[in-house]
Amino acid sequence: MTSVIESVGPAVSAGSTPARHPRPGAGRARKRAEIVLFVGPALLLFLGFVILPVLLAGVYSFYNLPQSFQWDDLADPERFVGFANYARALEDPAFIRSVGNNFLILSLSLLIQGPLAIGIALLLNRRLRGRGVLRLLIFVPYVLAEVIAGLSWKLLLQPQGGVNALLEALGLGAFTQNWLADPNIALWTMFAILTWKYVGFAILLMLAGLQGVPEELAEAAAIDGASWWQVQRHITIPLLGPTIRIWAFLSIIGALQLFDMVWVTTRGGPLNATSTMATYMVEKGQFGGQPGFGSAVAVILFLISLVVALVYQRFALRRDLAGSITRGVR
Amino acid sequence: MSVASPALGGTRTTGHDPVPRHRFDWGQPFIVLLALVIAAIAIGPVLYVFVGGFRTTADLNANPVGLPSPWTLDNWSAVLGSPRFWGNVASSMILAVGTTAGVVIVGVMAAFVIARYTFRGREGLYLLFAAGLMFPLTVAALPLTLLLRTLGLHGTFLGVIIPSIAFALPTTIIILVPFLRAIPDELEEAAAIDGTTRVGFFWRILLPLSMPGLVTVGVLAFVGSWNGYLLPLLVISTGTLPQELWPLPLGVTQFSTQYSQDTGAVLAYTSLSMIPALVFFLFAEKRIVGGLTGAVKG
Repeated sequence: MTSVIESVGPAVSAGSTPARHPRPGAGRARKRAEIVLFVGPALLLFLGFVILPVLLAGVYSFYNLPQSFQWDDLADPERFVGFANYARALEDPAFIRSVGNNFLILSLSLLIQGPLAIGIALLLNRRLRGRGVLRLLIFVPYVLAEVIAGLSWKLLLQPQGGVNALLEALGLGAFTQNWLADPNIALWTMFAILTWKYVGFAILLMLAGLQGVPEELAEAAAIDGASWWQVQRHITIPLLGPTIRIWAFLSIIGALQLFDMVWVTTRGGPLNATSTMATYMVEKGQFGGQPGFGSAVAVILFLISLVVALVYQRFALRRDLAGSITRGVR
Repeated sequence: MSVASPALGGTRTTGHDPVPRHRFDWGQPFIVLLALVIAAIAIGPVLYVFVGGFRTTADLNANPVGLPSPWTLDNWSAVLGSPRFWGNVASSMILAVGTTAGVVIVGVMAAFVIARYTFRGREGLYLLFAAGLMFPLTVAALPLTLLLRTLGLHGTFLGVIIPSIAFALPTTIIILVPFLRAIPDELEEAAAIDGTTRVGFFWRILLPLSMPGLVTVGVLAFVGSWNGYLLPLLVISTGTLPQELWPLPLGVTQFSTQYSQDTGAVLAYTSLSMIPALVFFLFAEKRIVGGLTGAVKG
């Protein structure tokens, strides 16, 4: 690394010396060259591997493509099917179920994980011996790969696995279930695993947000006779607003894109009880050999995410982000 | 963990209400209990997997909960002695290091220009990258695999690394631009007076000064790549690369399917797969937490 720094620095500055004074155009050309050279690689990668595939998804979605896709297939008028892929997806009960599952997970996350995390963060927001250790421990599930966490839970939740055995041992044998294989409860089980995985992150985010809430306000209110709950309700939580709204945004996006955990634990089953838009897409598009149809599903997923994100940004995030993206560059 | 002394506790708000007495008596032990419960729920399942790796499958089948009897190191030594496990680890390492290096180098170069050059289209450029946040990998996944096949990258490490870099760029640039912008113009002017070019300034002054930002971005890219599943699933699992060279998340999944009857071995394989991430996390905890909370605060 250092050798690169040493070699590039002087070489470049030496080359520039004559160009500095004579013609103003030379400096501009040089600047332009620098811009192209520095942004070029990022732009190329980004356009080629992010933007282009997303656009291609849009194109593919209008075709009936075979598994052994060739570019020629796009020129074959026989393969152009218009909106048929979209119609097929929107008429497939399995896909509708997937969309519903995504939104159920989304709502449950906001309604259960959020308040849970806020409550725990409020209670833990005090000097507590071992807080550092606690912080590390609640963050463990978040650091584990979703796949590895999912596999562990799959083992724990087997009929003969640890969870049922623990219930038996506690005398709660009546509550044992086939957690991931029973269509009636599989999605709830999935939500519980996701909560286990992500609530620690939410708690830490809230705790970080709480550090920005001045103590003086709460102290003043307490002196005026406000109860602990009144202080939290009227002072702390409103001041935590920006953190809560940003957490909710991340949570919404995460819920709509959900894939890894579902794929390794249930692969969307049983009977589509846990399938999501993303697992449906991979199932049909990649492993079902229908890239065109899968792409239509991807586009629907994209549009839903986009609309939800824009609506959310319009109504909830406006105050906090006020231009953090649009006005990021002064 | 023990109850914190009152001096350390949260009782400093008032001294004359019934409230503090109430909180002093019940609050503190309650909080500690709550903390213990949360910690137990968070790591209980992980511990179960770890301890389970020390049990024989027969023992596990006979009694799914409970401590190992007898403790056995067979599963662990089998995993640690298998080329397959180490191949998985090495593969994940290659992918993560390659992605991280690419993201940091390409990202900081682009962020440098966006942060410190004035030119027409600069805002558009920044917006373009920022908009990338709205383009999830999931949406691009299928065309991406077809594209990689055309480029001859399907089934290769580069086929995972290159798209991973591309998809990590938006976050990277959004984090780095404010960082690079915060370095005072006076420094640049002084450097210019001393005869340093903008590029020289970049290498000799900006890069060292923005090291904390680079580390944060690097850690995020590393963790993202290490934990990544969808891309390896589409690019590698359907290719010709042998299972011994699959990245860890893919390798663990495959192992647990293949040996689903041998629970002890699967638990050992899974728990050993957790260790690299946990160790890395211990070292990078501040960066991960800081990066995430910093990133979302914009």
